[in-house]
Amino acid sequence: MNQAIANQATHYALVVKKDCPTCALIEPVIHSLANNETLSLKVYVQDDPSFPADIEDVIDDSSLEYSYQQEIEVVPTLIRLSDGNDAQSEESRIYGWDQKQWQNFTGIQELGAELIDFKPGCGSKTQDPGMDEVLALRFGKQILQARAVELAEAEDIMEACFERGWSDGLPVVPPTPLRVMRMLNGSDRDAAEIIGKVPPDNVPCSIEKIAINAVMAGCKPEYFPMVIASVEAALQDRFCMHGLLCTTYFSSPVMVVSGPVAKQIGMNSGINALGQGNRANATIGRALQLIIRNVGGGVPGGIDRANMGNPGKYTYCFAEDESDENWASLAMDRGFDRADSVISLFAGDGLQPILDQQSRTPQSLAKSMAMSLRSVAHTKLFGMADAILVVCPEHRRVFREGGWDKEDLRKALYEELMSPGTDIVRGANDIAEGMPEKFKDKILNKFRDDGLHIVTTGGTAGMFSAIIGGWVASGERGSQLVSTKL
Amino acid sequence: MQSPTTLLDPTAELQTSARQLLPRLASIAGLTIGLLDISKPRGKEFLDEVQKHLEQAGAKVKRYSKPTFTRVAPTELTQRISVECDAVIEGLAD
Repeated sequence: MNQAIANQATHYALVVKKDCPTCALIEPVIHSLANNETLSLKVYVQDDPSFPADIEDVIDDSSLEYSYQQEIEVVPTLIRLSDGNDAQSEESRIYGWDQKQWQNFTGIQELGAELIDFKPGCGSKTQDPGMDEVLALRFGKQILQARAVELAEAEDIMEACFERGWSDGLPVVPPTPLRVMRMLNGSDRDAAEIIGKVPPDNVPCSIEKIAINAVMAGCKPEYFPMVIASVEAALQDRFCMHGLLCTTYFSSPVMVVSGPVAKQIGMNSGINALGQGNRANATIGRALQLIIRNVGGGVPGGIDRANMGNPGKYTYCFAEDESDENWASLAMDRGFDRADSVISLFAGDGLQPILDQQSRTPQSLAKSMAMSLRSVAHTKLFGMADAILVVCPEHRRVFREGGWDKEDLRKALYEELMSPGTDIVRGANDIAEGMPEKFKDKILNKFRDDGLHIVTTGGTAGMFSAIIGGWVASGERGSQLVSTKL
Repeated sequence: MQSPTTLLDPTAELQTSARQLLPRLASIAGLTIGLLDISKPRGKEFLDEVQKHLEQAGAKVKRYSKPTFTRVAPTELTQRISVECDAVIEGLAD
């Protein structure tokens, strides 16, 4: 084709792959276009530059750079360009094989007349599972801003994470750029968005830093919105994350997940719900702890002054059993709807069982639970530590069969947990610990208003409920339960 | 694409990404300093001299030696030094 014709010709770019039966079908059409002197055609092939046969100057796009930049989703795709040298000058595109459409698009009436009328195309190789992030890293806009840490050739990648102090003591998933890209794709949030300042160092924390730590914790990208929500909850002033981290007491964030998201991401609210074995439960809780450690700088023995800590400081996250629709969830107690997905954070400690295999009436069981609840922090200390009462499904059944709902239980517990000050002041019962003397003539409740939360989780066998005792700095002077809707 | 041995820093990047040194001792008075002879010739004479200076500065000194300078110290030896000493000086002679 001479230069004058080239300047006036219509320009096309065609993206194909050999492994696509539709592309193979239209090989004669490609030849016909390539030999047509009234147009110019560039053929890009994704998998094998020997295809289409006998076409000169096929462009090898096995790197997929062109296909990625042009956002090709289907092969074959035929693009009409206003300028044959400028891939950005696209006017219009068609894809798959539709005889009439191709004839109209090119203005060549007999094009592919010998072929079947219609055959849909195949997925572009850019659409293969996992390719999006691979190509985004290679050819896309640079969105990762975190410092790249280059490892030495002989350095063990797992050990490297330990040695740099990034681990809670257990192995972490090495945060490679590709894994972090995939985590970021679990949410619509901008990687550079600053979500707040993470204590104790009060460092601005980006969505990207959360993603890096979520990768290390072992999260799947579909958990990422939950991890972000947990950080947002932890950074609420009411939660007092800074003080919670610094305390010599046992407490640390306990996460309770309510609503449809728990089932959607496969959380455990059944057998062993507070134990090991479920990836979502385990890694979402761990991600928040790693963020506090790595972004906030909160390491044990540094700003974290816990004298013993508790095993939940690795991870402490579980979902509610919402199988009884007449039993309100924790999220509903906090003003949300059953259909809302909500993560609640509580400053809590380990787990104290309440064994009751004999109570068959709500009255007996509520008294029984109240007696155990008195032991939170210390039997003679009232109004200091909040608690979560974790009602097991069999105990819930006792309440339900007795005609009680959660509010009935809450009222009964409140009444059972009143105590005359004279029994619990310092020195009473020959025990120095207790409430200050000024409470001697008062009637006190074990828990401050809004200090006792009730959730249900666990397997259907075993009349074992539990108490998650709270931080002794509960309430406005310290930490209050916070909830964030996804 | 970046090499598979590139990781993204999960921290607030307030410190260098290289491994951090342990905090230095403000003083050695009253502390126990280990002297590790790596078993090169004349190491003993050199470390005897170092020991004198350390003791003058008020430190207690414990002496150790590696079986051979050609290999890293056995784990048992490094564990013993880490338990018994506040700091260790590795002596190289020749």
